[in-house]
Amino acid sequence: MNTLIKKNCSIVVLSTSLGLLSTAVHAANYTDYGINKDLPGTCSYSAIDSKDYTGKKLNIITHAIPVIGEPTALHAEQFSKLTGAEVNVVHVPFGDLFQRIMIPFQSGQNAYDVLFYASLWIGDFNRFLSPVPEEYINSTGMKDVTDSFRGVAQWNGQMIQYPMDGDRHYLKYRSDIFESDEMKAKYKANTGNELKVPSTWEEYNQVANYFSGFDWDGDGELNYGSAEVAKRDDLMFSAFISRAAAYAKHPAVKGGFFFDLETMTPLINTPGFVRGLELFVEAQQAFPPGGTNFGLGDEIFSFGGGQTLMSYSWDDAFIQAQQENNRIRNKVSAAPLPGASEVWNRVTGKWDKFETPNRAPYMTWGWSSAVSNASKEKEMAFDFLCFFSNESNAEHDLQIGRFGVNPYRNSHFNSDLWTGMGWDPEVANSYVKTLSEMETSPNRVYDLRVPGVGQFMSSMANGVAAAMSGQKSAQEALDQVAAEWTEIVDRIGKDRLRDAYANVVALEDA
Amino acid sequence: MFKAKYFFLLPALLTLVAIILFPLLFTVRVSFSSWDVYQAGLDYIGGKNYLRVFEDVRFWESFARLSLMSFISVTLQYVLGFALALAVWKQVRGGRTLRVIFLIPMMTTPVVMSVIWRTIFHESLGPANDLLGVIGIDAVPWLSSSTGAFVSVLIVEVWQWTPFMFLLLFAGLVSLPREPYLAAAIDGASAWKTFWQVTFPLMGPISIGAIIIRLIEASKIMDTVYVLTSGGPGTATETPSYYIYIRGLRDFQVGYSAALSLIYLVVMIVTLTLIAKFFTRLLNGKEVG
Repeated sequence: MNTLIKKNCSIVVLSTSLGLLSTAVHAANYTDYGINKDLPGTCSYSAIDSKDYTGKKLNIITHAIPVIGEPTALHAEQFSKLTGAEVNVVHVPFGDLFQRIMIPFQSGQNAYDVLFYASLWIGDFNRFLSPVPEEYINSTGMKDVTDSFRGVAQWNGQMIQYPMDGDRHYLKYRSDIFESDEMKAKYKANTGNELKVPSTWEEYNQVANYFSGFDWDGDGELNYGSAEVAKRDDLMFSAFISRAAAYAKHPAVKGGFFFDLETMTPLINTPGFVRGLELFVEAQQAFPPGGTNFGLGDEIFSFGGGQTLMSYSWDDAFIQAQQENNRIRNKVSAAPLPGASEVWNRVTGKWDKFETPNRAPYMTWGWSSAVSNASKEKEMAFDFLCFFSNESNAEHDLQIGRFGVNPYRNSHFNSDLWTGMGWDPEVANSYVKTLSEMETSPNRVYDLRVPGVGQFMSSMANGVAAAMSGQKSAQEALDQVAAEWTEIVDRIGKDRLRDAYANVVALEDA
Repeated sequence: MFKAKYFFLLPALLTLVAIILFPLLFTVRVSFSSWDVYQAGLDYIGGKNYLRVFEDVRFWESFARLSLMSFISVTLQYVLGFALALAVWKQVRGGRTLRVIFLIPMMTTPVVMSVIWRTIFHESLGPANDLLGVIGIDAVPWLSSSTGAFVSVLIVEVWQWTPFMFLLLFAGLVSLPREPYLAAAIDGASAWKTFWQVTFPLMGPISIGAIIIRLIEASKIMDTVYVLTSGGPGTATETPSYYIYIRGLRDFQVGYSAALSLIYLVVMIVTLTLIAKFFTRLLNGKEVG
C-alpha cells in the first residue's frame, strides 16, 4: 500500500515537475513577443499567462498609431494571446480623443474599460475613473515609478491614473557645434561672447539668432537656430509654459503659478509671463522657414533631422536624433531648460535678481492611462495596464522613439540602459542627469490640471498666437487671456476650480 | 376626412423628423443650457449663451474673414470654371479626357488633399518654394504669415472646387438653344460680342444657381483650414465653422457651441437669401431691360 502511495506521489511530483518544466520552456518562448526576456515582476509575462480571461472582452480607447497607439495595439494583442481575452482597441487622433472619452462619460455609457489620454485631463476625468486597487499600487512596477509621476497619477491623495509614461520639457542641442573650436572662435569674433550652452532664455535667443541662416554643419543646406512648437492648436501652449516658467515661477513664492490659489485671480498677464512671451515672439527670427507653423512633428524632424541647433519640448526630438543611422546620432546633448536672471515676485510686485539663473523645470503633461468607473471588467482592465507597463514591456517601449513612452521609473535613469542601445556615454549621461535632476527640483511647474483645462489652454494658445503673429503686443494678448480666464473661472465655479487647483499647487510646493 | 393614402406619407415624415427636426430642436434646447465639460445635461440658463455670442469678437471677426474668403474664392472658381467650360464646350481634340481631368480635384477627399497641399507649401521642404526659387523668386512664407496662409487656403479651395463650377457651367452650356447663336452669326457678331450678348446672359440662371451652391459650401469651410493652418497664424484663417469646432469639441462647451451654431445658421440663411434675391433681381432687371 505504502509502495502504491509512494508510486502515486512520485507520479504527482513528476507530473508537477513536468508541468513546471513545461511552463519554464514556455517562459523561454516569451521572446517571441519581441522582448529580450521576461523580467521578473508582478505582471510579468508568466504572471499574466497564468490568468484566464477566455470569453471576456476588454474595450480600449487610445491615441492614433504610432504614438501610444502602437504600443497599445501591440500589448493588447499580447495580452489577448496570453489570457484568451478578446481585446478591442480603438485608435483616435489627438484632436478628437478628449471628446471621444468625455461623451460616454457624461452620458453614462460603459464604452471603454481602459483609457489612454493626456495626463492633464485628470481635472476633467477624475470623477469617472476607478481608483487603482491596492495590489497594483504595491506592484513591483508601480513601486519603481518616481515620486513626481506617482504624484501626477493622484487626485486628492488617491491614485486614479496608471503611470505608463513620463514627460518633461528640457533643452536639446547639437553638442558637436557647441564643442567645435571653429564655431567657438567664430561666435566669439562676431558677438564678443563665449559660445556656451544657454543658461537663460535671453542667451538662448542670442545663440539661436547667430546660428540662423548659414550652413554650420557643412551639408550644403542652410541651418537654423531653434525649432519650437509654435502652431496654435498643436501643443504650442506647452512651449509657452516652458519659456515663461523661469520668469514667472519664483522659488520663494508659493501658492500658485497660473492662479493665486487663494483668490483664483489669473496670473497669466503678470510681468513674468509677459517677458516669456516677448522672448518667444523675438525667437521667431531664429526659426527655420515655416517655423512659426511648426507642430510637434515638425519640431521633432527639424531638430532630429539636423536642421536646427537647439530645441526644447518632449523627448521625441532627442530620441529621433539618437535613432540608429541618424546622421546626428551622438552629436546631441540634453540640458535643463534655460532659466532667468530676473524673476517676477508677485508678492512684492518687483523683479528679483538671481546670480545663478532661476530654473523652473516644466513637468509637462504626458500620456497616462486609467480604468473607467463604469467598467464591468475592472480586474482584467487593471491587469492589462499592469501588463502594459511591466518591466519587460517598459524597457522595450522606451527604446522605440515613435512609441512615445519616456522614462518614468527610477530604474530608467540608468545610463547603462541607454548606452546599451548604442548611445555614447556622454550623451546617455547628459540625458539621464537632466531628467533625473528635474525629479528633485524644488521649483517645478506642472500643467493646469483642473476642470476645463482645454478652455484655459485654448484661450492661452490663442493669446500667444495673436502676439506671435503680431496681431497684439505680448501684454495686450495676455491681458485678453486673463480676462477670458476670469470668465471661465466664473462659469465653472471658483470654489470647484480652487479645490482642483490645490492638487496642482500641492505638487509644485511639495 | 381621414384618407388611408396619408399613411404612405408617414415613413417620409418620420424620416424628416428623425434626421432634420429632432437634431435641430435638440440643438435649440442645448443652446439654452450650460452643458460643458463639468456640467453635463439640460439645465436652463435662459439666453446667456446667446448674449455671450453677441459679445464674442473672435466669432464675428471669423465671419468677416469668411465673407472675404468666400467672395474671393467663389469669384475665382466661377471665372476659372466658366473659362474651362468654354474651352471644352466646342468639339476639341481630347475634350472627353480633359473633362475627366478637370473633375479630378473635386473627387479627392478634402482632408487628404489639404495634407498634400500642406506638404507642397512647406516652407523649407515643399516644392512650391523650390519652383519659385528656380525662376528667381524668394521663398514665400506660405503658412507662417497671415497673408500667405490666407492665400494658401484660397488656392486650395479654388483648386478643389473650380471643377464643380466647371461641371455645372458646362452642363448649362451644352443645353443652350442654338437659335440665338444662328441669329448672332447672321448679324455678323464677333466671338467676344456673342459671348457677352448671348452666352453670358443665357447662362445667367445656371450661373446664379452654381454661385449660390458654392457660397453655401464655401461658408462651411472647415477641413482645409483644420489641416492646412489650424486657423492661424494668430486667427488669420479662422472661420466660424472652425471656431465652433474649437469651442464645441476641443473646449467641450456644448451649450455655447450650440448657440454659436444656431446664430451661424440664421446669419447664413439670411445672408444667402439676400444674395440670391439680389442676383435674381439683377437677372430679371436684365431680362426686362
